[in-house]
Amino acid sequence: MQWHSVAEFLDMGGYAFYVWGSFGITALVAVFEIWQVRAKRREVLRTFSTETGSQDDPSEV
Amino acid sequence: MKLRDIHWFKFAAPQNFYYLAGRMWPWFAALAAVLTLIGLWISFFVAPVDAQQGQGYRIIFVHVPASQMSMFIYLVMAGWAGFGLAFKTRLSGMMASALAPTGALFAFLSLVTGAFWGKPMWGAWWVWDARLTSELILLFLYLGFLALQASIDDPRRADKACAVLALVGAVNVPIIYFSVKWWNTLHQGASVSMKGASMATPMLMGMLVMVVAFWMYTITITLLRVRSIILDRERHTEWVKHAVA
Repeated sequence: MQWHSVAEFLDMGGYAFYVWGSFGITALVAVFEIWQVRAKRREVLRTFSTETGSQDDPSEV
Repeated sequence: MKLRDIHWFKFAAPQNFYYLAGRMWPWFAALAAVLTLIGLWISFFVAPVDAQQGQGYRIIFVHVPASQMSMFIYLVMAGWAGFGLAFKTRLSGMMASALAPTGALFAFLSLVTGAFWGKPMWGAWWVWDARLTSELILLFLYLGFLALQASIDDPRRADKACAVLALVGAVNVPIIYFSVKWWNTLHQGASVSMKGASMATPMLMGMLVMVVAFWMYTITITLLRVRSIILDRERHTEWVKHAVA
């Protein structure tokens, strides 16, 4: 084991900001993209339900 | 079952690929999750400290996977786009469109994690070095692809225009790759090449596991995104009405 304490691990030999910044931004981007892909699917499915709804509306031909 | 008994072209039809992608993505997602955990474990607990860069070198475990992904995705995207241009297959353009946003995000991550690495080691967030500049151009190519696609209403015409852009831009990928050889760059040369690797085994293992994890992630996201694109573009077909019912 190369780390003697949690504090030492978090400090990353003085490079904490750069190392955690890199891993942090990567994690954030992945979370954002997964959210974006799911939102896109919901949006596409929603347009189907509104289109089906509009077919029932006699005012729209 | 023999390989030639499988009707490969069957899956070139968006309808069939929609269902195939739906069955495949959970497996790739599971692989991505497991490999990321293993990769992170190696990155932080197995790989030793670097003699020159101390603990700061650990940025390599996200920087290299993100960078190689940004270049590979561009080539795969250009390949799909070119195939679509040549054979008029509907799915090709959809695959290219599904890959572009992920490629753009990895190009962005490559530049940002590179800046996080450059600041402590070189003393600068950014330098106009050949490697960095050509990677920035890659990001602009992705953004150009996405903007061009968004600006053309007819998806088939958008596919054609974007395919030309993707193919022309592909020349930039070897420029990025060889930039560290062709020019005197501040950026270090390749640590892994055909001749072997110039780094400690656990470091190399961590990097490779993370690279494969990023591949699995990219495949998962692309399959999920292409499913939405297929539904959207085939919305007026009977099978889609049954699929979403």
